[in-house]
Amino acid sequence: MCLQVEQVRLLDRFSSKSTNGTLYLTATHLIFLQKETFILHHHIASVEKLSLTTTGCPLVIQCRNFRMVQFVVQRERDCHDIYSSLLRLLRPGGYEDLYAFSYNPKQNDQQREEGWQLIDLGAEFERMGVPCDQWQLTDVNRDYKVCETYPRDLYVPITASKPIIVGSSKFRSKGRFPVLTYFYQEKKAAVCRCSQPLSGFSARCLEDESLLQAISKANHNSRFVYVMDTRPKLNALANRAAGKGYENEDNYSNIRFQFVGIENIHVMRASLQKLLEVIGSRPLSMSDYLVGLESSGWLRHIKAVVDAAIFLTKAVTVEGVSVLVHCSDGWDRTAQVCSLGSLLMDPYYRTIKGFMVLIEKDWISFGHKFADRCDQLDGDPKEVSPIFTQFLECVWQLTEQFPQAFEFSEWFLLQIHEHVHSCQYGNFLGNNQRQREELQLRERTHSLWAFLMSEKQNYLNPFYSPAYSEAHPVLEPSTLPYHFKFWRNMYHQFDRSMHPRQSILKTILTLRENSRKAESTLQALETVKVQRHEEDDEQEEVGEEAMESTDTERTVEGSSGTDSRKQSYGELEGTYNSDVAKEEPAVVSLEFGVARMTC
Amino acid sequence: MEFSEHIKTANVEDVVLRQPLHPPSRGTLCITGHHLLFSDREEGSSRQVLLLLRNIDAIEKSVENLLGYSGFFSKAGLSERTSGSSGTITIKCKDLQVLQLDIPGMEQCLNIAHSIETLSCLDSVSEMYPFFYRPADLSLQDQWGLSSPESYYSQMKELHGRWRLSSVNRDYSVCPSYPPAVIVPNSIDDDTLRKVAKFRQGGRFPVLCYYHRKNGMVIMRSSQPLTGANRKRCKEDELLLQAVIDGSDKGYIIDTRSSQQAQQARMTGGGFESKSCYSHWKRLHRQMERGKALQESLIKLVEACGDESNNMDRWLSKLENSKWLSYVQTALSTAGLLAECVERDGHSVLVHGSEGTDSSLLISTLAQLIMDPCCRTLDGFLALLEREWLQAGHPFQQRCAHSAYSHTRLQQESPVFLLLLDCVWQLWRQFPLALGFSEALLLRLATEVYASDYGTFLCNSDQERCAVGVKDKTHCLFQALLRPREKDYYSNPLYEPTELAIWPSVHPQSLQLWRGFFLRWTQQIRHLEEAQEEIRNMVIEWGKLALS
Repeated sequence: MCLQVEQVRLLDRFSSKSTNGTLYLTATHLIFLQKETFILHHHIASVEKLSLTTTGCPLVIQCRNFRMVQFVVQRERDCHDIYSSLLRLLRPGGYEDLYAFSYNPKQNDQQREEGWQLIDLGAEFERMGVPCDQWQLTDVNRDYKVCETYPRDLYVPITASKPIIVGSSKFRSKGRFPVLTYFYQEKKAAVCRCSQPLSGFSARCLEDESLLQAISKANHNSRFVYVMDTRPKLNALANRAAGKGYENEDNYSNIRFQFVGIENIHVMRASLQKLLEVIGSRPLSMSDYLVGLESSGWLRHIKAVVDAAIFLTKAVTVEGVSVLVHCSDGWDRTAQVCSLGSLLMDPYYRTIKGFMVLIEKDWISFGHKFADRCDQLDGDPKEVSPIFTQFLECVWQLTEQFPQAFEFSEWFLLQIHEHVHSCQYGNFLGNNQRQREELQLRERTHSLWAFLMSEKQNYLNPFYSPAYSEAHPVLEPSTLPYHFKFWRNMYHQFDRSMHPRQSILKTILTLRENSRKAESTLQALETVKVQRHEEDDEQEEVGEEAMESTDTERTVEGSSGTDSRKQSYGELEGTYNSDVAKEEPAVVSLEFGVARMTC
Repeated sequence: MEFSEHIKTANVEDVVLRQPLHPPSRGTLCITGHHLLFSDREEGSSRQVLLLLRNIDAIEKSVENLLGYSGFFSKAGLSERTSGSSGTITIKCKDLQVLQLDIPGMEQCLNIAHSIETLSCLDSVSEMYPFFYRPADLSLQDQWGLSSPESYYSQMKELHGRWRLSSVNRDYSVCPSYPPAVIVPNSIDDDTLRKVAKFRQGGRFPVLCYYHRKNGMVIMRSSQPLTGANRKRCKEDELLLQAVIDGSDKGYIIDTRSSQQAQQARMTGGGFESKSCYSHWKRLHRQMERGKALQESLIKLVEACGDESNNMDRWLSKLENSKWLSYVQTALSTAGLLAECVERDGHSVLVHGSEGTDSSLLISTLAQLIMDPCCRTLDGFLALLEREWLQAGHPFQQRCAHSAYSHTRLQQESPVFLLLLDCVWQLWRQFPLALGFSEALLLRLATEVYASDYGTFLCNSDQERCAVGVKDKTHCLFQALLRPREKDYYSNPLYEPTELAIWPSVHPQSLQLWRGFFLRWTQQIRHLEEAQEEIRNMVIEWGKLALS
């Protein structure tokens, strides 16, 4: 099915400019030609038809990757056609309708299989030093019988027997009993995760108590474990009335209990909504912006997550104490805190491959409900929440504080965010591993990680220094409020007029690429020289000739590099004073990573 | 020089210095006429801290009686003092660094504090340190300064037809805050200029400050016309402005006040160019904050940055409340408007506010950076500052007497120049390849303008600098910054000249707090500086490779 409407105007939301073009609707994309705009249907969060104006019928499309476009369609009937087609296309009947099942990047089965094998969590636990004398792999969840939202392979203390595990799982929300997620080898301290206990006002569970005891005993460095409840105390108290709640310090020997106060998914959803409302309104004064930023509370929540991760990191790396992290179900805040904490503790997770492993472990395999949170199937709007986006933002804030500590640049984070919502790859489909197996994603879809790995060059952070990571294995970020910034490249990713017209990152990468080439040419030259020398035949002349050719090559590269950078100049879209301004053609090139085609 | 009468205690041993980014250290404190010197005496390290007293904005002292209390360091087995009292001096510098000195002995502490208080704000210019600073590698015979209206005129051959260099102000009698030579329309003679000067506040008649090569349009600047309540006119003034747009259909006047403010100015003898008398000129009003409001904004922002107990909401609300970023936004967008008039619309512009020594200079400087590639090199930028701020008579001594910490009653202080540096930083962030200088230069200037070894930023005008012999008896900062080693350090390794105008985005989302300056003394900024250093090294490395 393909719908084509001509003479559509695309408005720029931050200036009075517009572009005329043709709008196409395909089975997977909305395409606007003239401006190379490709929008995947899965990215569209909402479509709104505004009332007819003199110039036509406006159609506002809000995307999950924070793109917002407004089209004006000349004829109302056309607009209505687009609108109703979109509504139909936006409501996939089931997983089978998602793009991942039809997306075909021209790979054979073997390549696809290799892509899926890129990340191996068994190997990851081995890297951490698990199994070891205190921790073992348990097969208790082999068939998803004990906990259907957990992965099959789980790591528990060797002293935790099956009856203890099963008993504990019955005492935990959704059966999510305490398991290992990260092992800090240096101090033998563990980061474990679970859901809230079904303690109500007074219920106890001996198996659960002894599982915590086992976690504590597995660490000889410390006589207690921290139990971090990532919720605000009030929320935890309220849960008690529903037969859930938190650990009573009196019942558990050797635990230290701590609330950290991260708000729930509903508060986070509302906060982002508010933020988008503030920055989406067009003429924004500095005051409106700052007041809006404050009242949205968004940065406050980001700070709360980072604070919690720092608490976790300090407990593990400084005190050498094992920590058990939970929230309510243990798949949102718990995933945020555990993964961010691991990232602070372990330089491996700050590499490209390591970051994929981290997401695979703490988010995908432990059952963060991507399908619900990202609204893959047009489900319950109350289940949608930007929890993963928040995690990516926390990581971004850290990359800003530690420019040399991360192998990847922000484009990597943005690309992951893009594809969490694109449903183009199988990785993030569904809510848990069991569901993914049922959908046979490994057989029927492709892995994002393989694709990102093949494009690795684009995501490198040129300032990354492995030596820095060696000197600073544990990051100690500051969470003073002024170190947090608004992430313009995420929330205004597609509003080009807002971004710097030149990118240091891109320039450095180009320069480095050029110098690499120059170096290899030089080396090749050396070899040629040496060979020639050995042959001892008109050596000088040849050397000169070769030199000449590299020289020309270098100038060509150099100038093309310059050209591509020159293109990144843009005229300002929008003017300082409308009664003075004359229209001038905008010369904006595709900023690296900003305008990507996803098909 | 009678500095010694202010120094009762010159040396104190066993002082503990607490400084951001360093562990506390114990050593000897020494006060001289211009400096505070601390030398660390602990084994294995020989750290010296030399602080220009002029850099000190405010000090706070607290004296405690420590009878029966053995201090923090005495436990470590270090010398125990018998006198049981000590004091702490907190020193807040104009470059926003905050230091703390723990001084044994109450009397010594009070003496030191007194010396600092007195010596840090001596009024006499000729007693200031630049007159005593004699580095080995600079000579007083070296050329002073980089640019002047004369050299600008002689370089700009295009000017020679319609414009001339006038020395009507050669003895500073026509306008005390202007340099001896100014560029004016060819058809306007010196007598006319004298009459125009009487009609403009402080004698600041319209002069050319920028010639746009691409289309021959110019930026003029002046002070407000003295029309007063009864709408006085000045034929010569009208003639001068007419000569500026000679042949073209119109020009723009950008008034850096709101039209209401401009109206009100008439009550006190000032005013604006009315439509009826200047029919070819279109006035645009853009309200820019100045004077006290700007100073208070800086104080509020620095206070917010120094308060570590703020939570996120309080921080954002204080940031908003300080209004500093709003002023940055206004300055950049007004400069954008000015550049737009000249570059896109193709008309000449006259800029003024009331006195024409602050916001007018701010936006004309920014507009030149936006439009003119010559101003974007390291040399070009310093020359621009010299023409547009030093010679154009920005009263540095008054504006920069105190910074954000001072408790003294503020009078003429206003961080206009700092606002300029912030705006330039915002430009640099948006066009990191287009400017030939680095953030380090902006930071260095932000420090030097308040307290310096060099004479460049002394006094309020060219005239005053001449009177005390600044050019003969002190060294020039700009020349010093262009010495090979400094020049390397202050250059932008990624610089890639472009002929195009660099239009900044002024969306609030595109502007940022200048962390490099306001949070300069935090560990996080050090990480960023290290990364910058890394870029420099990499680019140099690759450059060598390309050459080999």
